[in-house]
Amino acid sequence: MNTLSRLFVALGAGLLACSAQAAEVTIAVAANFTAPIKEIAEAFEKETGHKVVTSLGPTGGLYTQIKNGAPFEVFLSADDSTPAKLESEGEIVPGSRFTYAIGKLVLWSAQPGYVDEQGETLQRNDFKHLSIANPKTAPYGLAATQVLDKLGLSEAVRPKLVEGSNITQAYQFVATGNAELGFVALSQVYKDGEITEGSAWMVPDDMYEPIRQDAVLLKKGAGNPAAQALVDYLKGPQAAKVIAAYGYES
Amino acid sequence: MPLSTHDIAAIRLTLELASLTTLLLLLIGTPIAWWLARTRSRLKGPVGAVVALPLVLPPTVLGFYLLVTMGPHGPVGQFTQSLGLGTLPFTFAGLVVGSVFYSMPFVVQPLQNAFEAIGERPLEVAATLRASPWDTFFSVVLPLAKPGFVTASILGFAHTVGEFGVVLMIGGNIPGVTRTVSVQIFDHVEAMEYAQAHWLAGGMVVFSFFVLLALYSGRRFKPGFN
Amino acid sequence: MTDSSPAGQILARFHLAWPGFELDVDLTLPGRGVTALFGHSGSGKTTCLRCVAGLERASEAYLEVNGERWQDSATGLFVPAHKRALGYVFQEASLFPHLSARRNLEYGLRRVKAAQRRVDWDHVVKLLGIEHLLDRLPGRLSGGERQRVGIARALLTSPRLLLMDEPLAALDLKRKNEILPYLERLREELDIPVLYVSHSPDEVARLADHVVLLDQGKTIAQGGLRETLARLDLPTALGEDAGVVVESVVAGHDDVYHLTRLTFPGGEVLVARRPEAIGQRLRFRVHARDVSLALERAEGSSITNLLPARVEALAAADTPAHVLVRLDAGGTPLLARITRRSADQLGIAPGLPLWAQIKAVALLG
Repeated sequence: MNTLSRLFVALGAGLLACSAQAAEVTIAVAANFTAPIKEIAEAFEKETGHKVVTSLGPTGGLYTQIKNGAPFEVFLSADDSTPAKLESEGEIVPGSRFTYAIGKLVLWSAQPGYVDEQGETLQRNDFKHLSIANPKTAPYGLAATQVLDKLGLSEAVRPKLVEGSNITQAYQFVATGNAELGFVALSQVYKDGEITEGSAWMVPDDMYEPIRQDAVLLKKGAGNPAAQALVDYLKGPQAAKVIAAYGYES
Repeated sequence: MPLSTHDIAAIRLTLELASLTTLLLLLIGTPIAWWLARTRSRLKGPVGAVVALPLVLPPTVLGFYLLVTMGPHGPVGQFTQSLGLGTLPFTFAGLVVGSVFYSMPFVVQPLQNAFEAIGERPLEVAATLRASPWDTFFSVVLPLAKPGFVTASILGFAHTVGEFGVVLMIGGNIPGVTRTVSVQIFDHVEAMEYAQAHWLAGGMVVFSFFVLLALYSGRRFKPGFN
Repeated sequence: MTDSSPAGQILARFHLAWPGFELDVDLTLPGRGVTALFGHSGSGKTTCLRCVAGLERASEAYLEVNGERWQDSATGLFVPAHKRALGYVFQEASLFPHLSARRNLEYGLRRVKAAQRRVDWDHVVKLLGIEHLLDRLPGRLSGGERQRVGIARALLTSPRLLLMDEPLAALDLKRKNEILPYLERLREELDIPVLYVSHSPDEVARLADHVVLLDQGKTIAQGGLRETLARLDLPTALGEDAGVVVESVVAGHDDVYHLTRLTFPGGEVLVARRPEAIGQRLRFRVHARDVSLALERAEGSSITNLLPARVEALAAADTPAHVLVRLDAGGTPLLARITRRSADQLGIAPGLPLWAQIKAVALLG
């Protein structure tokens, strides 16, 4: 063997050794989970030595990328129907689907004191605009209409409804004051156990169907120990603590 | 019937929005284009650039700033509230304002080109024939710039019809008020109602094709910018 | 200068500075007849005309036309172009392309109050020979026809002053000759003072009564046509075209040799048979380069036109090889351009009597 070949062998051996100890996992994450996943990934990397490469995007967009061969190994969706669809289409490791977080709906206003803690504000109906996400396409929007139905207010507030195309936009309408109040995700206005600004009514769980956010281990991640380790970590207590701190149930 | 009442309402709304926007843009854009075509001011560059911004900015950027400035805490919002008009987002008037900004370059630039093409001479001739500047504008400039006005109207109208991002950002998707055809198509697609989406989207393709056909086959109608 | 001048004069003083160009003129012009602003391109004649029209605003300016003040920078007076009762004929006719010839004519006419209209539609249309063109769009007119419509359009505003900026320059010789007679009739039939910008000595000689010679934005001479053109100090401005204009009268015709005899103070010349009747006035031009000098009356020469003359002065010509000699031929000034060598051999000096041999005359009209 000449010197050059020896060098290659040495390099190859070194790389193998590395990957055995600390592998890399590429994950696709729904944009509304950006902040928590960053925190979780950091803790995970510190604990395991694995490296996490994160790709953020809207759930629908990520789904399309997965279907078209994107190199994602774990997928954290913002809903439960997209992972179910991927499962039925045979894109995931069978049986790997699980709920990593349950979104919570909140009636929120950017003005302090505008929304009372029982949601009476909604009954009074003296606002001009109530913002919700598009119920046809966004899970939080659907949940909002379920709440309004339960309260018997659907007809009364219909002329005042403004729809964001997704939950981010619904939040934006309220945050800029253009809508006095709106149904948004708790995670958007919550940090470390309290509402960060404005005023809110935590909508009781029994008024809408749970907004499940499911994750799956994709076919590409089968056999990658780092991917499996991340899935396990997401189900564990450290991740649950972070997820709860951002206003999700886990 | 392939189109729902919501679809038809969206089409009607879109046509109303595009017509009103085009009309306003001709009124506002003409003096701006005239000034840009004639001025030797140092402000010509900056003003021209501001007018052209919507050509390069993502509509969501424009939409976001409109949402903030027209909102109750924004300067425009404060102003409209002080006039007792409330705020503009989620209203038809708000869409018109947004569309005017968004489609501005498509009206101003063809007009500016048309005015520049006329040159100095006909204006001087008119002056030596006792025509005042206003008189000259109506008796000489308008007739000579007619092809530019046709191009500007067609482009302004068509571009407003095709507008999506700004409407999405400031409209609030209210049926009959702010839900235009492009938003309706987006909704259909997002909800995977592909059949309905096809009818509207196909209609848009056909409409746009005929608009461009009118622009390119009329020999005198040149798109004013490139 | 701020006091009103007697009516019948045009007082024009303009100072204007642009990068690389300065116009500085102070003119007192007769309030009637045709005044030519004459000079090379870049001499400032068009700029001067545009200042008169109010199309250009000179920083320092005073303008008064037959008693009416249009501009005075001392008091801040500036009558805008559209309020000055003037007509302007541009180098290219600049008809409005969207209007027929008739509508072009009406454009200016309609903007003048009926009470102020002094020029008759039929007269102008006939004068310029455009009756048959009225319903055509400018695109369907020839260059010469367009220019005639342009002139008629300016006239129909009943101007107190007609400004013409090289109205023939964009036309070929044939079209020029087609329009010149109309311009002459204009001069004779309408009592409107004309400022006529030109760089063509022939046009100036044919049309002008008064000449302003401009060079590099400054007036280098102004005065009556004959005196100004015969001045010796202007060869650099005139170059090869130096020469004089002679006003003559048709004195007789020789049908055997097909010649016409023209007389003028100091002599007569024979030219090829002219159609004009006896007694009619005719201008002709004698270029300095077409005049040679002889100490004695040449016999046995083919040159028929010989005039006794006396040397008045000598001056440098446009080349170092030549000199210009000014002659007095019995009251008519003549210029001769001869070589310096000939001048020395003949001993040309002021006061010397000699014979001027005229090789050619250019009849204007």
